[in-house]
Amino acid sequence: MKETSPLNLYKQLPQTNCKKCGEQTCMAYAAGLIARTRKVEECTPLVDEKKYAKKLEALRSIVAPELKMVYIGVGEKQVKVGGEDVMFRHQMTFFNKPPFAYDVSDNMDEAKLVERVKKISTWRKFYIGKWQGVEMIAVRSVTDDPAKFAACVKKVMETSDFPLILCSFNPAVLKAGLEVAAKAKPLIYAANKDNWKEVAQLAFDYKVPVTLSVPFDLDALKSMAITFAGMGLTDLILDPGTAPNGKMLQQTLQNFINLRRAAVEEAQRDIAYPVMVLPINAWLTTEDPVRAAYWESVLTAAFVIRGGAIMIKHSIEAYSMMPDMHLRFNIFTDPRTPVQVKPGIYKVGNPGAESPVFVTTNFALTYYTVESDIASNGIDAYILSINTDGIGVQASVAGGQLNPTKIKDSMTEAGFDWKGQKYPALVLPGMAAKFSGELEDLFAGQAKIMVGPEDSGRIVGWMKDMWPPK
Amino acid sequence: MAGKITLSDLNKTLSEMNVQSLEGVKIEGDIEIELDAGAGGVGPLFAYYFGQEAAKIAMQLMNFAKAVGYPVENLLQPVAVASAIAPAPKDLAAAAAAVPAFKVASALASAKFSVGIDKTWRTPIQEVTLGATKANGGSRGHVVKLGGEKAMPFFPDAAMPHAPKVTMDVFDMPIGMAKAVKMHYEDVINSPGEWAKKAVKKFGADMVTVHLISTDPLLKDTSAQDAVKTVEEVLQAVDVPICIGGSGNPNKDPIVLSKAAEVAAGERCLIASANLNMDWEKIGKACVDNGHVCLAWTQLEINSQKELNRKLMKVAGVPRDSIVMDPTTAALAYGLDFAYSNMERIRLGALKGDEELTFPMSSGTTNAWGVRESWMVRSPNKDDSDWGDRMLRGPIWEILTGYSLAMAGVDIFMMMHPLAVAYVHEITQSLMGRIDAKTPDTAAWLKMGV
Ligand code: B12
Ligand code: SF4
Repeated sequence: MKETSPLNLYKQLPQTNCKKCGEQTCMAYAAGLIARTRKVEECTPLVDEKKYAKKLEALRSIVAPELKMVYIGVGEKQVKVGGEDVMFRHQMTFFNKPPFAYDVSDNMDEAKLVERVKKISTWRKFYIGKWQGVEMIAVRSVTDDPAKFAACVKKVMETSDFPLILCSFNPAVLKAGLEVAAKAKPLIYAANKDNWKEVAQLAFDYKVPVTLSVPFDLDALKSMAITFAGMGLTDLILDPGTAPNGKMLQQTLQNFINLRRAAVEEAQRDIAYPVMVLPINAWLTTEDPVRAAYWESVLTAAFVIRGGAIMIKHSIEAYSMMPDMHLRFNIFTDPRTPVQVKPGIYKVGNPGAESPVFVTTNFALTYYTVESDIASNGIDAYILSINTDGIGVQASVAGGQLNPTKIKDSMTEAGFDWKGQKYPALVLPGMAAKFSGELEDLFAGQAKIMVGPEDSGRIVGWMKDMWPPK
Repeated sequence: MAGKITLSDLNKTLSEMNVQSLEGVKIEGDIEIELDAGAGGVGPLFAYYFGQEAAKIAMQLMNFAKAVGYPVENLLQPVAVASAIAPAPKDLAAAAAAVPAFKVASALASAKFSVGIDKTWRTPIQEVTLGATKANGGSRGHVVKLGGEKAMPFFPDAAMPHAPKVTMDVFDMPIGMAKAVKMHYEDVINSPGEWAKKAVKKFGADMVTVHLISTDPLLKDTSAQDAVKTVEEVLQAVDVPICIGGSGNPNKDPIVLSKAAEVAAGERCLIASANLNMDWEKIGKACVDNGHVCLAWTQLEINSQKELNRKLMKVAGVPRDSIVMDPTTAALAYGLDFAYSNMERIRLGALKGDEELTFPMSSGTTNAWGVRESWMVRSPNKDDSDWGDRMLRGPIWEILTGYSLAMAGVDIFMMMHPLAVAYVHEITQSLMGRIDAKTPDTAAWLKMGV
């Protein structure tokens, strides 16, 4: 959506301020549409009443993302690819983090295949209140044998419910895979200059999104996109080629930048489709698996930042997956919403009169880190989250948002009956150790002030030695 | 299966249940709608045949039938449902005619792709030279140039004149380090000179930063006199341009850094750093008086950065070619999103003509090692998957922290792990087209054996 003025969206609304959408006025709702926090369907009169049909259509086309959004998979695990409106994240936000598809191949023996699929689909890490993990699996046909490919796809689907990318340039192989998987709406990879007619037919017959692969020739890529759109096939993903090294790598990045620009800054709708990146190509440059995994991470980072909408990757070593996941998370965090939790008392597990009260701040990263360190280790406790304007412990101790008076007042505001605790005590973060004396005074000795470890990851060990207090 | 619903039955139930959506629709007589699951022809034609109003009623009935338990699901394709309700009959006729006739195009269209450049980027970034050779009154073997960009990094709009540089950290006393980092410096940890040499000769540092942290009153509280000896030692040990860093103590740094600036006069060092919470004027003036470059450090806030740059120029008299900015690096997973967007906004603002921001940027990339995910052996969270080998994980943490900020506009990185330095060099230079390598067939991954 290029529109930035709510007024122009307001013109397409019923303008009755009926409040059915939950907003007080149509204008407020229009502002929500601009921010993409509201959806067109939420103005029910507009959708239901026939007299608004024209307006509805106009509005839909105005709010459509500049870069087309393509859905892959079905149900809960379905992924949204593309759908972006801006070049730089601070201009609004990036909406759909590029799904990572890790590869398996049809020449793997069954036990290995199952093991890899399981590892891919169960890998997870907790970060700022959410589980991060992989979204997709890419099945490569190394054998070029339709029967083997179909068997492999079938096995993958029995082992995991992740959306798939079926990868082969051979239409017969793709067809065999689709026979097994079409219902789950996989993405097919790919139509190229040689096979595009057959692949177009497959995309139509099986109603699946399709990748157009035309490496390093944006004229030809655009031609193919126009051709497919002309046939009514618009669920397209573009593969403009991912060179993993040398001068062609520079070209690769520039192609991505140019495609994103054409889509979001110049509204060139005929090329405005999500773009696929192949960090997996790092593995073609070296025999050394560590070097390959490192380079794959570097390529991933480049394109997470500059316009990659979906990626096929290979290294499932946690040492490289973890940084990639965090980078993607950070870049796709919505800069418009503060990363804070509500201040107050939180319960972790089933705390009671004998449980400790841990003090921390309301910075989401800090709060969730502390909470998960406590919860995952089966500790029952209270957490007092203090309003530091969303600043972490170390920085708010340095900057003054966290101080003894604030801690005392927050305890009072939370209305928590700490005197009813068997051990009336507060556990400070190690980084706030210097407050302990002053706090003891503020509580007039009624509460014991304990100093926890510097890193909340060490609370488990600390509990063994220090809790209950003697 | 074929489900039979008679409208009279339905009407009765409908009125009992007070279904409003069918109000006003009067159906006379007993119409039977027979839905045959076997008939594959329930497509757009269905709607066309019934006409829009009829189709609507049919849809309502379907929904209702479903609600009262008739197994009518799957009888109507989603296409049919959508088109049955929405467009006018003549569009439907067209749609009905068009859909079954999917025809593969006979040839590819022929189009040209073109896209413009960003015309609002009109102001180049100030070029800043670090280090001075004999010819210019110093003793460095070569100089390092930063800045000069006319576009966002690696964008097609304009080539970057200089590759991003790395200055490696050297400390004047042993400090705590992550295991993966420490193993590379154990042999030089007590000698800043040897440490600097190792960074340059073995690890390919473009520059070194000597951090005078022992001057911190909370650490060793060493004097400015002691500190300048360390600076001299490093200047002797290596002939690359150097950066001189304080301890971060706002009271002591102005004293230590101005003394160090005097001793290194003429070498065109980067003095790190002036900050709004301290006597920045003293540091700025020490740079001017001794021919150094001033690092202006602020905390993730674009307006403070403008304010500090302005004050350094207007009050302390620091020339434009002698300012580098450090807008703060919050590392990967510890707020990289803030650091990234802050820097990207600063660089875009500069290119668009904000003269208070047109300076090269520096990043304290070593901060990556402050993130627990970079150095901890395993997750404190029991439900996490295994975190993998930390000796391999940590360097990537530093690489991605630095490299992503290179994309936002950073010109010089303060770093520690040798592998991270090598990768940041390699990727940034690759993206400038400076590294030749045979590019493999980019479709070969499909059939690769690994
Ligand atoms: C991002 C950041 C900022 C951001 C803060 C963003 C935010 N929302 O918090 C901004 C830019 C605002 C900032 C500003 C400043 N910062 Co700052 N900042 C950082 C940085 C890079 C990361 C901090 C972070 O997010 N850590 C992650 C969170 C999860 O850590 P945490 O909240 O401390 O929580 C951990 C522990 O405290 C503990 N824990 C937490 N709760 C509890 C509870 C219990 C019971 C226990 C046992 C343990 C525990 O476990 C957690 C996980 O490890 C660090 C450097 C670094 N460490 O990498 C510097 C750092 C914290 N900042 C520092 C400073 C000095 C400042 C400023 C004062 C700078 C200045 N001169 O202006 C200002 C203060 C501004 C303010 N407070 O208003 C110093 C602090 C030095 C010190 N030891 O006192 C640091 C270490 C950098 C440095 N070396 O100079 N900063
Ligand atoms: S539901 Fe639609 S018409 Fe009613 S107030 Fe909201 S935007 Fe306006």
